[in-house]
Amino acid sequence: MGRVVVDVMPKPEILDPQGKAVAGALPRLGFGQFTSVLQGKRFELEVDGDVTAEVLAAALAAAQKLLSNPVIEDVVRVAVIETHVPGAPAGSTGAGL
Amino acid sequence: MRVGVVTFPGTLDDRDAARAVRLAGGEAVALWHADADLHDVDAVVLPGGFSYGDYLRAGAISRFAPVMGSIIEAANGGLPVLGICNGFQILCEAHLLPGSMIKNLQLTFVCREQVLSVDNADTSWTRDYVAGQRITVPLKNQDGQFVADDVTLDELEGEGRVVVRYQGWNPNGSRRDIAGITNAAGNVVGLMPHPEHAVEVGYGPDGDAGPRTGTDGLKFFTSVLHTLVS
Repeated sequence: MGRVVVDVMPKPEILDPQGKAVAGALPRLGFGQFTSVLQGKRFELEVDGDVTAEVLAAALAAAQKLLSNPVIEDVVRVAVIETHVPGAPAGSTGAGL
Repeated sequence: MRVGVVTFPGTLDDRDAARAVRLAGGEAVALWHADADLHDVDAVVLPGGFSYGDYLRAGAISRFAPVMGSIIEAANGGLPVLGICNGFQILCEAHLLPGSMIKNLQLTFVCREQVLSVDNADTSWTRDYVAGQRITVPLKNQDGQFVADDVTLDELEGEGRVVVRYQGWNPNGSRRDIAGITNAAGNVVGLMPHPEHAVEVGYGPDGDAGPRTGTDGLKFFTSVLHTLVS
């Protein structure tokens, strides 16, 4: 079983109302160092067997057709997740973390 | 004249839209999202609601319903199509109209009686209005902020494709106070406010004749009937 992760983010030029609300709450909790927040979406697509180049290509196509709207969003990452343990701390994706 | 009203899972305002069609003098025909057959309708209304719970993006999943394939093809051939609220979002996701809707600027659900100006009274759905006319209809949405890039917005303005604009107060942060737009041909119209909730004395917004007497929305539905017979 393989998994592909797809990250979709609002385009920088589109004002992100949710990110702005989160950015407004952070200083109230003492996190004054963060000057802005963008809130995006992460999808995990599961397949039987390994994640082949064809699977990745299909994931990219799905990301562009359904998972994102190119008017307001960018697909910023389509990548293989090597292992995934529910509840485990981040770091298992191997994506530059 | 047969006006189809589509029901998707999570549609709320299909009954009201069908009633508005009948009050205008048309025959309302129920269309089902999973049935690609348009049953010989002369026009289609995509009503408001929260199809698929607004999951993913408002309208994003409904846009791929079997009925939408037929509607997109027919709309490109000239079939009059009106998208109200969630229906407008579906038309944008289907690329029948440009731009997109994101969450309201203030992040809250908005429900109010909204004044609009009818800026384009030449579309299939607004020909019974007079250009510049002010109307009051209910507005209720969560993801109602219309956005598009400046090139698209300039194009819409330049071609007179802004159909209705918010007056007095912009309730959701929509670019350039845009409440509704049309395609280049004028047969496809989408708007966030709800004309189908202002069609019958006793149930609409307050009007000149007293509380709940406003029927300013009815002309969307008479307009399409006049378009079809002309």
